[in-house]
Amino acid sequence: MAPFNLSTISGTLGYDLIFLLLGVGFGAALEMSGFGDSRKLAAQFYFREMTVLKVMFTGIVVAATLIFLASSFELLDFNRVWVNPTYLVPGIVGGLIMGVGFIIGGFCPGTSLVAASTLKIDGILFVLGVGVGVFFFGESVQYFEDFFQSSYMGRFTIPDWLGLPYGVVLVLLVLMALTMFTGAEISEAYFGRGQSLKEISLLPKVRIKTAAAAVLLLLALVAAFKGQPTVEDRWYWMAQENEPLLAAREIYVDPAEIVELKKNINVFVDIIDLRSEAEYNLFHLSESRHVPQVTATSQAFVRTLLAASDNTVVFLLSNGEKIATEVWKQLKVQGVLNLYILSGGINGWLEAYPLNDCIAHRIEKTLDTETLAYAFNYAVGDSVPSAHPYLPRMDELPACAASAEDSVIAPVKTTYYEPEAAQHLPEKKVKLKKKTVAKGGCG
Amino acid sequence: MAEKTARAYVNPYLGGTILGIVLFLSFYITGNGLGASAAINRVQVAALSVVSQEHVDSVAYFSEMGGGERSALNHPSVFMLLGTFLGGALSGLVNRRFKPETRKGPNVSVKSRWIYALIGGAIMGYGARLARGCTSGQALSGGAVLSVGSFAFMFAVFGGGYALAYFVRRLWN
Repeated sequence: MAPFNLSTISGTLGYDLIFLLLGVGFGAALEMSGFGDSRKLAAQFYFREMTVLKVMFTGIVVAATLIFLASSFELLDFNRVWVNPTYLVPGIVGGLIMGVGFIIGGFCPGTSLVAASTLKIDGILFVLGVGVGVFFFGESVQYFEDFFQSSYMGRFTIPDWLGLPYGVVLVLLVLMALTMFTGAEISEAYFGRGQSLKEISLLPKVRIKTAAAAVLLLLALVAAFKGQPTVEDRWYWMAQENEPLLAAREIYVDPAEIVELKKNINVFVDIIDLRSEAEYNLFHLSESRHVPQVTATSQAFVRTLLAASDNTVVFLLSNGEKIATEVWKQLKVQGVLNLYILSGGINGWLEAYPLNDCIAHRIEKTLDTETLAYAFNYAVGDSVPSAHPYLPRMDELPACAASAEDSVIAPVKTTYYEPEAAQHLPEKKVKLKKKTVAKGGCG
Repeated sequence: MAEKTARAYVNPYLGGTILGIVLFLSFYITGNGLGASAAINRVQVAALSVVSQEHVDSVAYFSEMGGGERSALNHPSVFMLLGTFLGGALSGLVNRRFKPETRKGPNVSVKSRWIYALIGGAIMGYGARLARGCTSGQALSGGAVLSVGSFAFMFAVFGGGYALAYFVRRLWN
């Protein structure tokens, strides 16, 4: 399914040619619309000629309609489409600065390229100016790095913000654009041609414009009624790819491998504990996060996982494997990379890195259940060596203590907690993958 | 060719529709939108590498693109930039608009138009990197995938332009 994983042909002529041809289309579309002419662009700001607004918004609504139509018919996987991450305040400040540059210089970077390509001298000078501007930005960004990285909201779309389905937002966007076009026509007639308001008709005189607007609105409505694919739909398309991974237990990672990964400074291990808060408090892995199942599958949480760096490995764990597997499916289909499950769950972990009998003892006969197989005498959280076997241990396993306070015993000597289970490492399963979507053309 | 009069521009709605289709194809094929400013940035870093590779290596923002042995130009956006140039030139040739000239408002001299273009470009370039994208990469591409930041950015660009337009009206009117 589109978009295609172009990283497999990266570096070949074909790969470069794709971008070259898209550029040709882009440049030609801008040039034929008159974007190579600074006067036409600047006129936008005096309400005489609204070409910039018309072309840009037509481009946006046509592309948006095609994208979400393709997505609703399962031809395009929107989760793998690059959405410019939102850095709200730097974006707005940058935008205001660009507005100033626009009205002084008469272009934006893309249009100046097109002007330069048709030998417009002002366009060529503008491109040189942009080169100077980006140079100064590169030189100065170190002084306000914090601001540059501020108000980061990740992949944040208007449907996420409003809590509305994509299709509904699309229809609203098309309606907004059509309203703006009507406004633009009135503005051009009034400010540009000096017509009186009475002479101006609200509906376009050319029938083809009305027809085109109707077609666009209709397509947006189709996308809205068809709806975007649900998580279940996604699992269905991706089942062929993912079911074998589950069946071959490719994504169930042995505790010992996680311990090894924790020692690797090049990898960030993100352990997500899906159990109840009470069970988490009794015992959890050090530096694991307690995230209830409902939260773990929520849009907002998935977004944070999608924004994680490429060297992050996410492990899901529950008492057994069932809940972790359910959550794995839901996160996997939404595109979370490097996603694994703790093999055997917490019950399996405690087999590999056992607790002292005085802290907890086993009650369940089978480990593979979603109930905690151990009864705890008191809660230890992550204060015991079993929670962080990768840390140098300061002492032998503590002997049974009379109370919880006594169980953390003063350091004596440094060894690692290496129970028998960890002596021979099993076959490694974690393979770091990089995000395939390259950053935006402007990013 | 230059003697013949230039053909008229296409209807903006038609131009916008073509632009929208190209943008959709870009997302459909590559998963990514269109853009220009990042590539200009890369060309700038490549030029700087020729002057002083040492300086490129010492500034974090530049070295991410062209540090060490890496060429800043080895990036798909640079091919898109070449394509944009080619596409613009082709359309200009076909429509007889391919000739050296300066487009300016009636009340400014050619020289001052050049200076303003250079200054405006520098301001634009600075803002574009701060906003992480230009009108095409942020507003157009981000707008089509309904990014909140891109819409906020788009309104800011128009806001900035309209706010200053009155004061620089002599440039264009």
